[in-house]
Amino acid sequence: MEGQYIKQISIFLENKKGRLAEVADTLSQANINIRALCVADTTDFGIVRLIVDHPDKAYEVLKAAGFTTSATQVIAVEMPDKPGALAKVLNVLRAKDINLEYVYAFIGKRGEYAIHVLRVENTEEALKALAENNIKAIDNDELLKL
Amino acid sequence: MQRKYWNEEIECIDREQLQKLQLERLKWSVQYAYDNVGPYRKQMEEIGVEPGDVKTLEDLAKLPFTDKTHLRDSYPHGRFGAPMKDIVRIHASSGTTGKSTVVGYTRKDIEVWSELAARCFVAAGADENDIVQVSYGYGLFTGGLGAHYGAEHLGAAVVPASGGNTKKQATLIKDFGVTVLACTPSYALHIAETMEEMGIDAQQLPLRVGVFGAEPWTVAMRNEIDRRLGITAHDIYGLSEVMGPGVAIDCEERNGLHIWEDHYIPEIINPETGEVLPYGQKGELTFTSLTKEGIPMMRYRTHDLTSLTIEPCPCGRTHVRMGKILGRCDDMLIIRGVNVFPSQVESVLLEIGALSPNYHLIVDRVGVMDTLEVQVEISDSMFSDKVKRLEELNVMIRKELEGLLGVSCKVTLVEPKTLPRSEGKIVRVTDKRKLHD
Repeated sequence: MEGQYIKQISIFLENKKGRLAEVADTLSQANINIRALCVADTTDFGIVRLIVDHPDKAYEVLKAAGFTTSATQVIAVEMPDKPGALAKVLNVLRAKDINLEYVYAFIGKRGEYAIHVLRVENTEEALKALAENNIKAIDNDELLKL
Repeated sequence: MQRKYWNEEIECIDREQLQKLQLERLKWSVQYAYDNVGPYRKQMEEIGVEPGDVKTLEDLAKLPFTDKTHLRDSYPHGRFGAPMKDIVRIHASSGTTGKSTVVGYTRKDIEVWSELAARCFVAAGADENDIVQVSYGYGLFTGGLGAHYGAEHLGAAVVPASGGNTKKQATLIKDFGVTVLACTPSYALHIAETMEEMGIDAQQLPLRVGVFGAEPWTVAMRNEIDRRLGITAHDIYGLSEVMGPGVAIDCEERNGLHIWEDHYIPEIINPETGEVLPYGQKGELTFTSLTKEGIPMMRYRTHDLTSLTIEPCPCGRTHVRMGKILGRCDDMLIIRGVNVFPSQVESVLLEIGALSPNYHLIVDRVGVMDTLEVQVEISDSMFSDKVKRLEELNVMIRKELEGLLGVSCKVTLVEPKTLPRSEGKIVRVTDKRKLHD
């Protein structure tokens, strides 16, 4: 299972005008491409979660720019872009009683595949369960090729 | 006929005679503290002063100061001058690091306190015909019981409402025909607001006098309370380390607060050097107790900034008057009557594992109630990509803070390096309330 997860970059942002734009600017200047973005917001703050082409570099430049940033292991599964794909993934997790913290999705370049990003309590166990059901988790290198 | 003084003989005493009495009592008090309070004796020995060195009132300046830290270091009873068998009451207020400042009273101390608080009620225009509602909190805080004993000693009918349940407070005032209200000034405004909401017209009620204290307030706020409650509001001053409410009060002139000098000697000092400043100059207020047995106080530093005047007062009282409190020379905040030190927040953050506790307190007054917001810069070790975790962290910090500070607050997590800084140091407090004129 080693290496089958991908690195997600999470950033703490206060709910202030222009903060997300500053994150985007920082990444743009470092020539980093954002593949997927998800914002969880509360009244006072937001957490921005990013899938980027070069997570390590993104982490460094965001840190250097003073953002509270963390790199988290998440699972990315590539599924055909058709009805029932997400349900299949979630049912596997449910059957194994694995708690899902959050999920978001994006569509691959060719438009044939959807990538689901899953944040679960136990990454290793989830990867195992998905593999047993022939659901493919991809790593950062594969993500780059999409 | 309305009573003008509670104790005319002493309240209007000739100043020369007053000073004679003060010197006599000061000599007793210093000897008493030296004989009965180990830490005082030690402090005096360290600077080479003996009780016999006090020959004039000016010699007070030779004595060591007492600060809140001294009381904390001798927590809980280390500075009590009387054995526990003679102590009849213990009060406590919050300290700088969560440890309270504990004070004890003998039966005689309670009698003196009742007498001085009664003088205050009379100076504010109350007498034995009045119905006094005490809406200060009853408990470890000196406000409730202090005002209660004073009003009862005066012979008024006391309604011990304590704090909280404001609608009930308003109903009691209306139904009982309360004539005097004693509470914090911000709570008085809150009661006024509640009455308005309930459709009670305060102007039509017999309520006519307010005895408000335990937090600084402005003349503008006094005028507002006067207008909305249809009363004459008076400022009562006191602190538990010195006694509690009743150390000083403004008379009908409402031009400075008379300090009861037969029991306390106030001084104004330069807070930097400790040098005694003359009447009229602004500095830090200190108190020396002259008759206290439970916990005698020598030159207790209040950290309150004000000035003193012995200009004759038209009311006839000869006791010195202190001006309104102009501010503080330490970082203590008074929020809803509770003492809050910013450093207490730091100790909470360190406890929950924040490596560099960067925080900022915003105190405001929304409507009539004080609000406290604590902004905490989030560090990498505190951050999580899960909203749930951050919300749990927020609740944990808030609960810890509320437990330690004794006031409710809102916690806001903010980005690193966003709190206001001055010359690299974080500005710890923004007080948006207008407490001083």
